[in-house]
Amino acid sequence: VFRAGMYRVLLVQCAGEENWVDSRTIYIGHKEPPPGTEAFIQQRFPDNRIVSSKYTFWNFIPKNLFEQFRRVANFYFLIIFLVQLIIDTPTSPITSGLPLFFVITVTAIKQGYEDWLRHKADNAVNRCPVHVVQHGKIVRKQSRKLRVGDVVLVKEDESFPCDLVLLSTSRDDGTCYVTTASLDGESSHKTYYAVQDTKAYNTEKEVDAIHATIECEQPQPDLYKFVGRINVYMGNESVARPLGSENLLLRGATLKNTSYIYAVAIYSGMETKMALNYQSKSQKRSAVEKSMNAYLLVYLCILISKAIINTALKYVWQADPNRDEPWYNHRTETERQRHLIRAFTDFLAFMVLFNYIIPVSMYVTVEMQKFLGSYFIMWDDEMMDEELGERAVVNTSDLNEELGQVEYVFTDKTGTLTENNMEFIECCVDGHVYVPQVICNGQVTDTTKEGWEREELFFRALCLCHTVQVKEEETVDGIKHGIHQGKSTSFYISSSPDEVALVEGMKRLGFTYLRLKDGQMEILNREDEIEKFELLEVLTFDSVRRRMSVIVKANTGELYLFCKGADSSIFPRVVSGKVDQIRARVEQNAVEGLRTLCVAYRHLSPEQYEEVCHLLSDAKLALQDRDRRLAEAYDLIEKDLILLGATAVEDRLQEKAADTIESLHKAGMKVWVLTGDKMETAAATCYASKLFRRSTQILELTTKRTEEQSLHDVLFDLSRTVLRHFSGDCTDYGLIIDGATLSAVMRPNQDDLNSGNYKEIFLEICRNCSAVLCCRMAPLQKAQIVKLIKASKEHPITLAVGDGANDVSMILEAHVGIGIMGKEGRQAVRNSDYAVPKFKHLKKMLLVHGHYYYIRISELVQYFFYKNVCFIFPQFLYQFFCGFSQQPLYDTAYLTLYNISFTSLPILLYSLIEQHINMDILKKDPTLYRDISKNSLLRWPIFIYWTILGVYDAIVMFFGAYFLFDNTTFTSNGQMFGNWTFGTLVFTVLVFTVTFKLALDTHYWTWINHFVIWGSLIFFVVFSLLWGGIIWPFLNYQRMYYVFMQMLSSGPAWLSIILLITASLLPDVLKKVIWRSLWPTTTERIQVSGETKTPATATRVSRRDANCADV
Amino acid sequence: MMASSYNAKEEDGHHSGSASHGGAAVVKSKKPDNTAFKQQRLPAWQPILTAGTVLPAFFVIGLIFIPIGIGLYVTSNNIKEFEIDYTGVDMNSACYSCAKNFSWNSTTSCLCTVDFTLEQPFESNVFMYYGLSNFYQNHRRYVKSRDDSQLNGDMSALTNPSKECEPYRMSEGLPIAPCGAIANSLFNDTLKLYYLEANGTRNEIPLVKKGIAWWTDKHVKFRNPGGNANLTAVFQATSKPVNWRNPVYELDQDPENNGFINEDFIVWMRTAALPTFRKLYRIIQKKSSTMPTLPSGKYVLDITYNYPVLSFDGRKRMILSTISWMGGKNPFLGIAYITVGSICFFLGVVLLIIHHKYDTRSTGADIPN
Repeated sequence: VFRAGMYRVLLVQCAGEENWVDSRTIYIGHKEPPPGTEAFIQQRFPDNRIVSSKYTFWNFIPKNLFEQFRRVANFYFLIIFLVQLIIDTPTSPITSGLPLFFVITVTAIKQGYEDWLRHKADNAVNRCPVHVVQHGKIVRKQSRKLRVGDVVLVKEDESFPCDLVLLSTSRDDGTCYVTTASLDGESSHKTYYAVQDTKAYNTEKEVDAIHATIECEQPQPDLYKFVGRINVYMGNESVARPLGSENLLLRGATLKNTSYIYAVAIYSGMETKMALNYQSKSQKRSAVEKSMNAYLLVYLCILISKAIINTALKYVWQADPNRDEPWYNHRTETERQRHLIRAFTDFLAFMVLFNYIIPVSMYVTVEMQKFLGSYFIMWDDEMMDEELGERAVVNTSDLNEELGQVEYVFTDKTGTLTENNMEFIECCVDGHVYVPQVICNGQVTDTTKEGWEREELFFRALCLCHTVQVKEEETVDGIKHGIHQGKSTSFYISSSPDEVALVEGMKRLGFTYLRLKDGQMEILNREDEIEKFELLEVLTFDSVRRRMSVIVKANTGELYLFCKGADSSIFPRVVSGKVDQIRARVEQNAVEGLRTLCVAYRHLSPEQYEEVCHLLSDAKLALQDRDRRLAEAYDLIEKDLILLGATAVEDRLQEKAADTIESLHKAGMKVWVLTGDKMETAAATCYASKLFRRSTQILELTTKRTEEQSLHDVLFDLSRTVLRHFSGDCTDYGLIIDGATLSAVMRPNQDDLNSGNYKEIFLEICRNCSAVLCCRMAPLQKAQIVKLIKASKEHPITLAVGDGANDVSMILEAHVGIGIMGKEGRQAVRNSDYAVPKFKHLKKMLLVHGHYYYIRISELVQYFFYKNVCFIFPQFLYQFFCGFSQQPLYDTAYLTLYNISFTSLPILLYSLIEQHINMDILKKDPTLYRDISKNSLLRWPIFIYWTILGVYDAIVMFFGAYFLFDNTTFTSNGQMFGNWTFGTLVFTVLVFTVTFKLALDTHYWTWINHFVIWGSLIFFVVFSLLWGGIIWPFLNYQRMYYVFMQMLSSGPAWLSIILLITASLLPDVLKKVIWRSLWPTTTERIQVSGETKTPATATRVSRRDANCADV
Repeated sequence: MMASSYNAKEEDGHHSGSASHGGAAVVKSKKPDNTAFKQQRLPAWQPILTAGTVLPAFFVIGLIFIPIGIGLYVTSNNIKEFEIDYTGVDMNSACYSCAKNFSWNSTTSCLCTVDFTLEQPFESNVFMYYGLSNFYQNHRRYVKSRDDSQLNGDMSALTNPSKECEPYRMSEGLPIAPCGAIANSLFNDTLKLYYLEANGTRNEIPLVKKGIAWWTDKHVKFRNPGGNANLTAVFQATSKPVNWRNPVYELDQDPENNGFINEDFIVWMRTAALPTFRKLYRIIQKKSSTMPTLPSGKYVLDITYNYPVLSFDGRKRMILSTISWMGGKNPFLGIAYITVGSICFFLGVVLLIIHHKYDTRSTGADIPN
């Protein structure tokens, strides 16, 4: 009581002063605490309504419009549109308004539909019934009406309506099983514990009698962290108990194997941990997008300078009043008066006239290309795993093309390169090696009594020191079979596959872990006797300590602490045992690529145990810094250990992992393995996966070396080695670095002025190594490495692959994050940009899909700018012949529809299905990936080439038409054509040229391409015939009436259209052909040899290229 | 969601991941959802532009374009064209005084006469154009200054013309018909052509004014309000364009060529693309198969000089031209065809060399490996 009161005082003081918002108090069942206890400020909590929707019916239009116009491009077009509305501009506001309206509407409909779906889902969730205990009775409520403090009844297989603190369960021991499959994908059953003091209250009447308050931290998104305290009032006394994440049932999780539970709601609605985790990740932008923005800027400059040039020339030209206002063309009075702003409005008018050079539709097309394109990744059968039944998942379609630009691949080892399918291989007790199969035959015997005891103790230790659960098999009709029916009906579940492997290995060695019941762990020993141990404490595993312990009490009353963990974390704490023999064995196993664990124990006297209990409960009760204090407590407890032995577990390489790594290497990517595993194991995996070859010279940058020499010397040594051979023979280097050394390299060191150089030298070494292995890495260090490479001076594109929660930070940090659907839950998948079932799928993802999307989108971007230069440049030239009066060359309909219908579909289709090379060749020959590395298709020279091509085409088109029209007639009846025929002629040539240019670039003509390309040209012709064929009653001008048909009735018009198209396309064809003949890229060579349809040639060429690439 | 919905389908169909063509067929039969399209394996034609494939195309283009070009060039050269500037800038020119003394207020027309000689006879039909230079019919303010509804005979637009016509919309409180700058500046010089026979008598050459405008313009786009009869009554509540001498219903005696459907008017209303332009004025039809339409010899052009162009440094011309199937005299198209054709042919030769030197070498290098 005293202690509880003291905490209260502390808490209230804290609360009263600065950070009272950091904790909240909940009255269970809304019962006020007994008078006399300190008054709490009643806080207001949100209701349990989940709102994942962004809009309501009322605010949809304004909010959505606001969101959309926040994008720079949309805002730019809005401004253009408004300018057109306000001032007198050459083109009607429809020309920019209609496309903008179209784009905005399509986006709004898409977002509205998505939001409607969210509303529907929200409603379903918010309306689902919940059982609440009120006045000793069960009441059904809608989920959204649940309030914080309500006591809720949840039955088996129901999911929790909000975050709850478990009060009592149908089980006597106050535990319940929960699966968090929908939260993090882990389907294993996790055990949660009821509060000790309330676990007995398991009917609604009794629960209603609970009088208690809960103090806990304010909601935070970490799913695995919870700190709180419950105060239970019994009469005048109150008891305080710590609450941790083992007491907290999260919304979205499902109750399993427990018939019902009572729990109290503490976080509701949008404050639940699940809702807090919904927050979207930061947006990643691809390199292509960056180039696109750079190009846009260039075009904006071109646009502005064009407008300025024309405005200036206009005023020079107008200096003569007879030109400015000849007798036939007077201004209106209002136009005459606006002297001051006239220059500015002229400038704006030119801007409007030329604004099509930055096309609205490009953004829509790019977005549609990315969105639709990502379906090809999801549909791909080759990236489907039949075992898991999973396909590739695309979480962000924004990065499709970035997959074709990867330069560095950072991969996790366990579960990514390897199967994460652990198999117990052997154990070693005091230097004696036990292999399960051999043991079963009963061949191994140890004669000495002490040895026998040690062996038994080792096996018991492994049977007890774990957090494995026993899953009871269920029959089809739902009748449960207990564990007692036989070993075969049960299997083990754990979040760590190593533990399962160990417990299963023990089973084969004769010690079977049966179950945990009422705090008693039951083991079936070799003599088929059931041994019971009382489980007193579990010191859970964490990646910093890299070990876990249990404290158990044997039947004999002896207290043991069993500890198992990584060798590096056990050996320093060992005081006796055959350390050297075991260490030798462990190292040998590690070299073979096995995962090793060491096992140790310690006898605890009752006094020591008392002390341990004290330490732990103190730490557990702390509201602040609980983790740190627990770690300190663990540190004090896990000492003076006696080494028992070591285990070895094998984790097999994933299928085709080596092949994939080899392909990535050939594709010019540098592959780094980042693992938490120990160096020897990791290195063995690297050799097996061909990351290191036999010829690879290994450079070590590890603690072992830095102990002998200073870090400084080691670094300089290595860099000298690397640079010496730089120009010479083609030795390739592999670097191994460990976490400790890495942090030393990264640490800013005040003493040493060279410290800044360490990073540089390190990067320099890394750059010259074909493969790097980083072992003993903490999750955050993985992200650090990725960040370091990302920030290095070439700014390479990085990709991170991983399967576990420890890879999330690096997945989020890298340009592209890929999750593997492994066994360590779904966290990596959820946080990734793309997820694939297996590591081997990375090959197709990068070499085929990445390559294709890069080619496609780069053509899309370049082509869009090109076609708009062709479109607008004639208009610019025309200003020189119409007195800089902003007279548009083309009709409004053409201006409007050029980008949204005449030339939009072919390029969209191209950007979806173009395959410049057969995908099998791409897969077979990874070196082709080098052809597109470093954003090679979007470099400035290529961009300038496209722009010049556009300008050339525009000049050909404009002056071709100009000379045709120049002071002559070209009809056979002598009649003359006007300015609209001139524009239509240019426009017709333009549409055909631009479409043919794309047709020439298309290497993959399916029937859809034919349909779309010829279809859009036919559509253009049909539209023009229709547009000019009728007097349109809603138009106030009829300038296009019969213009197109009259033009087509003239022979020279046909001839000049054909001539101008030919002349426009000629240089591009010529350039392509000559470049292909004189300086062919690998891609082009493969294309030609593929064309001859001799697969033998293709492979031969590819092999030759591969060799070149390697040298 | 996506993944799970597909999983169900995956389970029943066991298939190999490496989809050869046979494999794809198996997949297709078991899972109708998995089309070649989704696997990006649609059958496709995969053309590659290499020197070898482009070569023939270049030669073919060259061989087709050069003859076409020669044909066009010859045709263009056979066309007879005669052009005379009658602006009257020069002191010695006949219209100098008319040009000099031009005034908007004068009620009488200034007349001048220009003599010229045709060296060669003009066979077939001859087309008579007037040409203007430095006249910006394509100026934006000018181009839009019209009301197509009014010209189409719309009654409400007749009395209430479009705002685009400003400042040529209303005059003395009445709406202008036809409104706008284009109509207001209608070319109103009258040209008459005489053949001067050896004995000095002037022989007037009949000029046909029918068929100078587009058929669709004359019959559909331009219409008189309330039909072609009673134009005077229809246009009563309107005012004539300020620069016009006569109202629109007095453009011609012929009711089929009066009002908005006057062909001279329609021709003028089709704004030219460039500041130097010509417009069809009259047609001189061939009368007999033996006599040339315009025999060589001396001619007299009588001009009623109404249209001022000197203020903006413009020029006025009269052009006589015969027409072939490809229109008037325009050597550009023929020359362009010959040029592009020759370039193609030349490039074809260059590519042939490149192809022989490089492409065969590179493929040849592969085979011994």
